[in-house]
Parts: sequence; C-alpha cells; structure tokens
Amino acid sequence: MSVLVNKDTKLMVQGLGRTGQFHADKSIAYGTNMVAGVHPSKAGTSLTFAGDTDHSGVPGRADSYSVEVPIFGSVAEAMKETGANASVVFVPPPFAADAIMEAAEAGTPLIICVTEGIPVNDMVRAKSYIAGKDVRLVGPNCPGVITPKECRIGIMPGYIHQPGRIGVVSRSGTLTYEAVHQLTQNGLGQTTAIGIGGDPVNGTNFIDCLKLFNDDPATEGVIMIGEIGGTAEEEAAEWIKANMTKPVAGFIAGTTAPPGKRMGHAGAIISGGKGTAADKIAALEAAGVVIAPTPTDMGNATMEAMQNAGLV
Amino acid sequence: MKVHEYQAKLLMARRGIPVPEGKVATTSAEARAAVRPLIEASGDNVVVVKSQIHAGGRGKGRFLEHPDLGGVNVVLDGLDGGIEAAEAKVEALAQQMLGSTLVTIQTGPAGKQVNTLYVEQGIGIETELYLSVVLDRAVSRHIVMASTEGGTEIEEVAEHTPEKILKETIDPGVGLLDFQAARMSRALGLTGDALRNGVSFMKTLAEAAVDWDTDMIEINPLVVTTDGQVMALDGKMSFDSNALFRHPDIAAMQDPTEEDPSELEAAEFDLSFIKLGGSIGCMVNGAGLAMATMDIIKTFGAEPANFLDVGGGATAEKVAAAFKIITRDPNVKGIFVNIFGGIMLCDTIANGVVTAVKETGLDMPLVVRLEGTNVELGRQILDASGLALVTAVDMKDGAQKIVELTR
Repeated sequence: MSVLVNKDTKLMVQGLGRTGQFHADKSIAYGTNMVAGVHPSKAGTSLTFAGDTDHSGVPGRADSYSVEVPIFGSVAEAMKETGANASVVFVPPPFAADAIMEAAEAGTPLIICVTEGIPVNDMVRAKSYIAGKDVRLVGPNCPGVITPKECRIGIMPGYIHQPGRIGVVSRSGTLTYEAVHQLTQNGLGQTTAIGIGGDPVNGTNFIDCLKLFNDDPATEGVIMIGEIGGTAEEEAAEWIKANMTKPVAGFIAGTTAPPGKRMGHAGAIISGGKGTAADKIAALEAAGVVIAPTPTDMGNATMEAMQNAGLV
Repeated sequence: MKVHEYQAKLLMARRGIPVPEGKVATTSAEARAAVRPLIEASGDNVVVVKSQIHAGGRGKGRFLEHPDLGGVNVVLDGLDGGIEAAEAKVEALAQQMLGSTLVTIQTGPAGKQVNTLYVEQGIGIETELYLSVVLDRAVSRHIVMASTEGGTEIEEVAEHTPEKILKETIDPGVGLLDFQAARMSRALGLTGDALRNGVSFMKTLAEAAVDWDTDMIEINPLVVTTDGQVMALDGKMSFDSNALFRHPDIAAMQDPTEEDPSELEAAEFDLSFIKLGGSIGCMVNGAGLAMATMDIIKTFGAEPANFLDVGGGATAEKVAAAFKIITRDPNVKGIFVNIFGGIMLCDTIANGVVTAVKETGLDMPLVVRLEGTNVELGRQILDASGLALVTAVDMKDGAQKIVELTR
C-alpha cells in the first residue's frame, strides 16, 4: 500500500516545455503510466518518449522504452479519451494557476503542481476555486509525489528511493531527497514521499499528509520536514498529539535564518516574530516527535522514533 | 519588493485613497521649495519632514551624525513665524538629514543613509488607528487587520493586548464586503462621517491590495482627522515579487540603493542569495537544503556568510556566477558546496565549480559534497580537474571539514 499514487495511476502532463518534457521522460523511464499531454495549440499531435529504462523504478520491464503520448487540447478531453486520473503541472508561473483550475474543473482527482513562482494572489483564487470540488492539489513549488517502484510524478531523482515503511512529507525538495536517501541507506525505505512545496499558499498541508499516512496500513512511521515561516508545523504538532497513532520524526530548517528575509522559498520567512524554527521544534517535541538535530540525522531520528514505538 | 512611503502614498492617491499632500525632495533646496505650496494648499502652517528609507521606527530613530535628530520631524516654526520660518527650518533640517545615516530598530546598528525626504502637510489628528492587509497563511486568504492602537507596532499589540486586533477575511470571489468594513469601522469606534469614510477607505484599500499583488500593506497610523476624514498618515507596502511581471509601473519603483549589491547581481543570474555576516560561503541547491546548510555550519561552531540557492535549472555559467558573488565577500574564509541533484545534475555543478575556480583563482579552502543525479560523473570531473578541493561523503562531513579548514 501507499498513498496518493501507485501502479494504477494514469498520469497526464500539463505544460510541455523543456522541463515538462524532460521530467515526463524521466517518469516514463521510471515506469509511470503516462497517458496524455495537454497543450491547447498542439492538440491532435503526439510526443514520443524513448530511451533506456530506469531499473530503479517499476520492476519487470525491458531495458528500453518507446512511448507515444497523445496530446489533447484540454484536460477534460485528455481525461475522457485516456482515463487519466492524475495531472502534473509544469506550466509557467503566469499561467499555472489557470492550469490547476482547469484540471480541477475537469475533476482530475490528483493535481500535482511543480511550478515555482506563481503569484500568491493566483493561488489564493485557485485554492478558493477548487475548495468543495472532489480533487486534491499537491504543491505548487514542490518536487512531486513518488511511491517507490510504482509511480514517479514530479522532478525527484527516482533511484534514491526504496519501497519500505516510512511516509515522507516535506516543504523542501532537496531535503526530501536527503531524508529519502538516508531512509534507503538505513533500510527503513519509503511508502510514499510527498513534497507539499515551499509556497505560503499550498493545496495539501502537513496535516492532510499525516492523516493519509495514519490511515495507510503499509506506513508504519512518518518523517515530516518543515522550515521557517507560517504555523503549519505547529498546527501539525497539535494534530499529532491528538490523533497520530504512528511514530513521527521531524526536521526543521532555518534555525539560523534572520527574521524578515525570504529564504528562497516564498513561504520561508519569519515575520512579526512568528514562524521561527525554535517555536516549531518546541511544538513538535511537545507532541512527541523525534527531532533530527541536523539534516544528516533524519534517517537516525526516524529509526529512533520507530524504536521508541517498538517497531524495530 | 518594498517601496518607500512616498511611493506607497502616490499609489494610494492615484487610487483615490486619502493621503496628506506631500512632495519628494532629494536636495535641501527642493525640500525648501516644497513648503510654500503645501502650506498654501492646506492652509495649515505645520509641515512634516520624513526620511525615506525601507525600515520602520523612523520617528524614534536617530541619525548617527546628529544624535539628537529623529528621522521624522514636525516643523511648527510656521505657526508663529509664517511660511518663511517654516521654509528656513525645513531647509536646515534637510541639510542635516540628507546624506546622514539613520539608525532605527529595524536598520541594525549600521543604519541606512537617507537620500530622499518627503515633505508633507500637517494634519489635525483626532484619533490614530492601525490598518493592514496581509496574507493569512492559515486560511490561504488575505485579511484586513485593524486596531485602535495606532502608532504602536502591531507585534507589540499582538503580544500584550491581542483582543484589540480586529480581523476580516477577504473572500477572493467577492472582495471585502460592505458589512465587513462597517463591522470593523464600528469596532474601531468610528461614527458619522468617519464611519462612512472608514468603510470606503478599507474597501478601496482591500481592492487595491489584490489589484497590486501586495505582500503587505500597513497603514500605521491611519488617522481620523478633526474634520472626520480617514487618511493614511504613513504607508508601508511590499509587493509579491512573483507578480511584478504584471506591474511594470510598480517594478520601476524599486530603489537599488536599498538593496544589497550582491543580492541584486545574484537576482540577475536568477540566483536566490542573501548576504549574512559569517565566514563560510555556501552554495547549495534547494531553499530548504540551503537553510539547513547554514544551520549545520552553525552547529559546528562557525557562521554562514550567505544563503545561496542556485535553483533547479542551474547551468555551469550560473554556478560560476554564484561562485564569484560568494568570493567577493571579504569575510569569506572558505566555501562549502552542498548539492543534492534532482533536476540539477551533479556533472553540471562540477563543471561550474571547476570553471569558476579556474577563473577566479580561488585561494581559500573549498569543500564539495555531491549527491544525486549523475553523481559519479560529477565526482570524476572534480577528481580530473586537479584542483585542491576537499570532497565530503555527506552534509555533516562537509560542514565539519569546512569549519575545521577555516579555523
């Protein structure tokens, strides 16, 4: 088992520029079932992806692949013709929120937006638009979602992943890779790794992912990776204290970040004394989360949390 | 992106939001010349001379060169002495303020040089209030925040008397509604004309905040004048950098003298760079990893010189530019390159590092930690380069090594 994505996921890609095509190819090489592309002016054409199979991905495949992906003019057509049930958005920032809303209107159950740099107002509108629709948005400004050996959606390096026992959720892309890499090395592995993104307005938050992992029979423990800015980690800590039945480890980036400065991510800013790493670490520790003192210790902290729960 | 008070007021005025009349001055002669028309237009002989820097606390701030002089000065000389006396005083103040260094609680001890003044008409104040429009991340919507505690920092109000902070959420579909603005205005104690004017002020400002793509608008104080007008006596605005592409007029308001030159140069190369004060230069991919790299350097007893995220789509040229920006900082004693390649290919980073080191003739310790896509290729490039760099097996190892090498 896993959450959000698995071998039955049928993926479409919105945004077929250089980055979109590059990562569509990487996902196909990993074994993701890529069924459609969406591009209004290229409707009716197709794109052929071919290359060497990434054997760290879905097992039992030939050494090379050649996949012809049909391009549709709209998300609705792509879904109707191919049965796509997830979309990955690589559309440039000025148009990305529109792409998200188009996918939501068409009823795409899972929309994963990689695009970085979407205006906050566009996301405020998009989030309001999708509220009440039966769809889930992950991101924007995120590395995507991967269930090892089943489905890769986004931009993460596939080969560092290993099927296993831990759910990973993170606001940072590269720190997700660090955590995943360490969990692969120490043998715990991952059920699903979810990047929720570094923007102040995102579709899926820590609590959403903690709920998913708590309800997933295969996930035995969770590591959550936060950073300065906002209070999502503090809210997650409250939820963990009240509801979480599985061990949780954590890491918070930005202990040394100066206040009032945006640390790369649009959402990573300490403002008005709120959103400091110290507050987040204190809240998580109070909820029984094992905090990794440095990013190199994320695997160890997860192991410790699992040991404390008697699971290893 | 931040703008100056006078620019914020210009934007508000264009929108029909009441602000005092004022004039910008960059010389003492300009400051003097501003006085007469302001007094003649308002019929009030009081004017105010305000330092224009991107930092709060200007009124309580003091000039390094003139320890008794504040950053905002109310000129009352015109009350008895007429326009000429006001002009003379404003000119004298401007001579002292322009080119001097203002230190406020937000500038740090080094302060900021004042290059621009805003000369403004005096206003008869009945009440001072607080008003802002900010993003409430918990609900993913903008909110209007208000308080009767005008003139006080909102953080202070939040800490001591949180019940005095009023909030109304802006629904992106319909904007701030009349009843919300009225509810808030009444709670602020506005009645009669002031109530009507308050509602109109809030609605226009909330609408403008969305149209301008602001990160934050803070009006502190918002004043009710003796004749029932509601007016922005101060105005602080910052804008969503990701939305500036649709506001060329606002983008043009950026004051480069307010920005760190190395941060501006980094922005040209699409690098996310923030100068800090330490001795270890950092070059990292990913914002989270870049922050965590700063943290881990501190764990081992040194201070990071910068935050630098080379981003996902970095080219060798971009990496080389990043290297040059880091090494230009005279405080930097060593560099830690920490890369976990996802989109970023390790061989690209390795090529960039080699090019940069060869071009700049690096004369300080360099520790490189590479992991991720094409890592073997990247390591081969570094090994084959013959450069005197130290490789690290993981982040902790790398941080430890660079701290030791620079000690």
